[in-house]
Amino acid sequence: MRGADIVVRSLIAEQAEIIFGYPGGAIMPVYDALYDYHDQIKHVLTRHEQGAIHAAQGYARISGKVGVCLATSGPGATNLITGLADAQIDSTPLVCITGQVAAHLLGTDAFQETDVMGISMPATKWNIQVRHAKDIAPAIAKAFFIARSGRPGAVLIDITKNAQVELEEFNYSPCQEFRSYKIHHPVDLPAIQEAAALINSASRPYLLFGQGVVLGKAEAELKFFLDKSGIPAASTLLGSGALSQEHPNYVGKLGMHGNYAPNLLTNQCDVLIAVGMRFDDRVTGDLSRYAKQAKVIHLELDPSEINKNVKADVAVLGDCKESLATLTEAITGKKHEAWMAKFRALEQQEKEAVVQHDLTPTKAGLTMGEVIHQINQYKADDAVLVTDVGQHQMIAWRYFNYKKTRTQVTSGGLGTMGFALPAALGAQLHDYSRQVICVVGDGGIQMTIQELGTIMQTKAPVKIVLLNNNYLGMVRQWQQMFFDKRYSFTELDNPDFIKLADAYGIKAQKVDERSSLQEAIEDMLIHDGPFFLEVVVEKEDNVFPMIATGCSVEEVRLH
Amino acid sequence: MKRYTIFVITENFIGILNRITIIFTRRGINIDALTASESRIPGVHRITIEVTVTEETVIQLVNQIEKIIDVIKAFHHEDSGVVYQELALYKIPVSRLDGGLEKIIRDHHAKIIAAEPDFVVLELTGHKEKTRELLELLKDYGILEFARSGRVAVAKRMLTIDSFVN
Repeated sequence: MRGADIVVRSLIAEQAEIIFGYPGGAIMPVYDALYDYHDQIKHVLTRHEQGAIHAAQGYARISGKVGVCLATSGPGATNLITGLADAQIDSTPLVCITGQVAAHLLGTDAFQETDVMGISMPATKWNIQVRHAKDIAPAIAKAFFIARSGRPGAVLIDITKNAQVELEEFNYSPCQEFRSYKIHHPVDLPAIQEAAALINSASRPYLLFGQGVVLGKAEAELKFFLDKSGIPAASTLLGSGALSQEHPNYVGKLGMHGNYAPNLLTNQCDVLIAVGMRFDDRVTGDLSRYAKQAKVIHLELDPSEINKNVKADVAVLGDCKESLATLTEAITGKKHEAWMAKFRALEQQEKEAVVQHDLTPTKAGLTMGEVIHQINQYKADDAVLVTDVGQHQMIAWRYFNYKKTRTQVTSGGLGTMGFALPAALGAQLHDYSRQVICVVGDGGIQMTIQELGTIMQTKAPVKIVLLNNNYLGMVRQWQQMFFDKRYSFTELDNPDFIKLADAYGIKAQKVDERSSLQEAIEDMLIHDGPFFLEVVVEKEDNVFPMIATGCSVEEVRLH
Repeated sequence: MKRYTIFVITENFIGILNRITIIFTRRGINIDALTASESRIPGVHRITIEVTVTEETVIQLVNQIEKIIDVIKAFHHEDSGVVYQELALYKIPVSRLDGGLEKIIRDHHAKIIAAEPDFVVLELTGHKEKTRELLELLKDYGILEFARSGRVAVAKRMLTIDSFVN
């Protein structure tokens, strides 16, 4: 069969259910092949390749499967780069296939030729160029294996046009290992014993969990560990959902706009246990003043993350599903009531200083927080929250009530504005019956707003909540706090979003006063189909608590 | 900061060198010298990188290099942990030759490996300090060209790559 058919058959062999893509000259043979297999594999035509890759990311995050993305050469391929970098830094498994000019034209500046291999290299876990049909199936097998195993990541396969039309036998064998790629690190028992000894003698132990728990499917192991150890636990941005917020040990969120107690008390614990997280600078603040008093235990799959930012006194390399379970057996059961009470006391301070203002404001203007608060009242327990980047992202994260795992999709490491709308589409297409709530700002949504077209075409019942303050709000907040209120190019003149949604045939409603908010959210969530809810919020509201750049976690501010 | 030799044992695939150097350029680290060659095992290449950084940095570099999918293993050593050699070539115009050159060649154990009507080429193998010293002396002879190879090195540690390859 043709190389193009091999591409599609290989994707089917890997149990890919859906491809997000955009056709063009150098990938046309593959699109031609897709025509024959449309009953075995779905394809979603987005409105831009960036939309396709973010949709694939949203799909991958919610399903736990590899997201698949298809694009043509040149601009098609370069439009994927933001998504590759985003997926790579957030450990999202992706396989992207790009068309390339015929092999004999490589390096000649042919039409729509670009050095995708060179451009994508720093943004991928692995990439490969395939110039012969016989190499297609092995490359796809290896790509899926690499994307989903170990620490997941983004993989790109560049296939020249001649390889897509060459004839070759189809023989597919999945890839299970190869010599240069070692992902299985047996649990280091001496390290576990050392960690257990530290934990058993600790009086103020504290656990931080990240997305590694979700990727490692170790949610139950984390819960058992916490149940037995009595240790307070806080979540990173991407770790949210790995533990129900209703768990008694859950104390809140970490980082620049996380909660007060979890940040502040990082510098008071005596043993810090980090599970599947990488001590991002947004979590640690000033590293030279981060948890210096504590013994650090780091449970991590990726050896290059150990000692990268924070030096570990005990490093437990390996899959946290295994290491957490082994560690749970090695520790003695405890309660840390006095230590936990410290968290609760500070939580109360945060409630009075910040949460009351955000959730039950006395001023006329609507706050972003009260919108999320209302969503919590009506959302399903397993509703997915997809957010973009900025103030709304931090507020939605702070106030959304995470009860289940894989309910969170956001651009964490890269901070990609324009991520949410296509990512929500991808998350929704994994499961039409699941509630997918896409919270966006007026800046970010306009970066990929063309994907309303894809939502229209697929009828994906995404609930879009636009929190409109007519500002690039997070940048404006920084300008207010650190640049003498010099609001340099952050105010937006926006289109009539309701008319725009209407033009795409999406039911839309605008809310600009408190009295109609609750009903609008209820209507949105019960509506059968996509819904666009614009909420006009307070123009100049700020997100607190905050750890300003260069400050220590203990300098977290409430106002 | 210290001088380190990083050994990378890798599959011989296109683009692997690029992936390795990206790790250095990202951090703004200059590679002092780099050589690549085949290893004792067919299909396996070794890349030797010389770099001047702190110990903390070299460990992180090696971890990130080893994370590259097609890299089999990476190590780092201080100068004392490796046996290494470099090769330098010096091109001298014939018009500037005089009796003093003989003594320089003898003293440094350099070799004349080519003689043309207009120039001769000297070769010297040895550590950087030694090849640099000769370069300084040859400046008086109107040296036309100077080229030095990257470090070729083997580790002193009794460990073979076979254990990583299989």
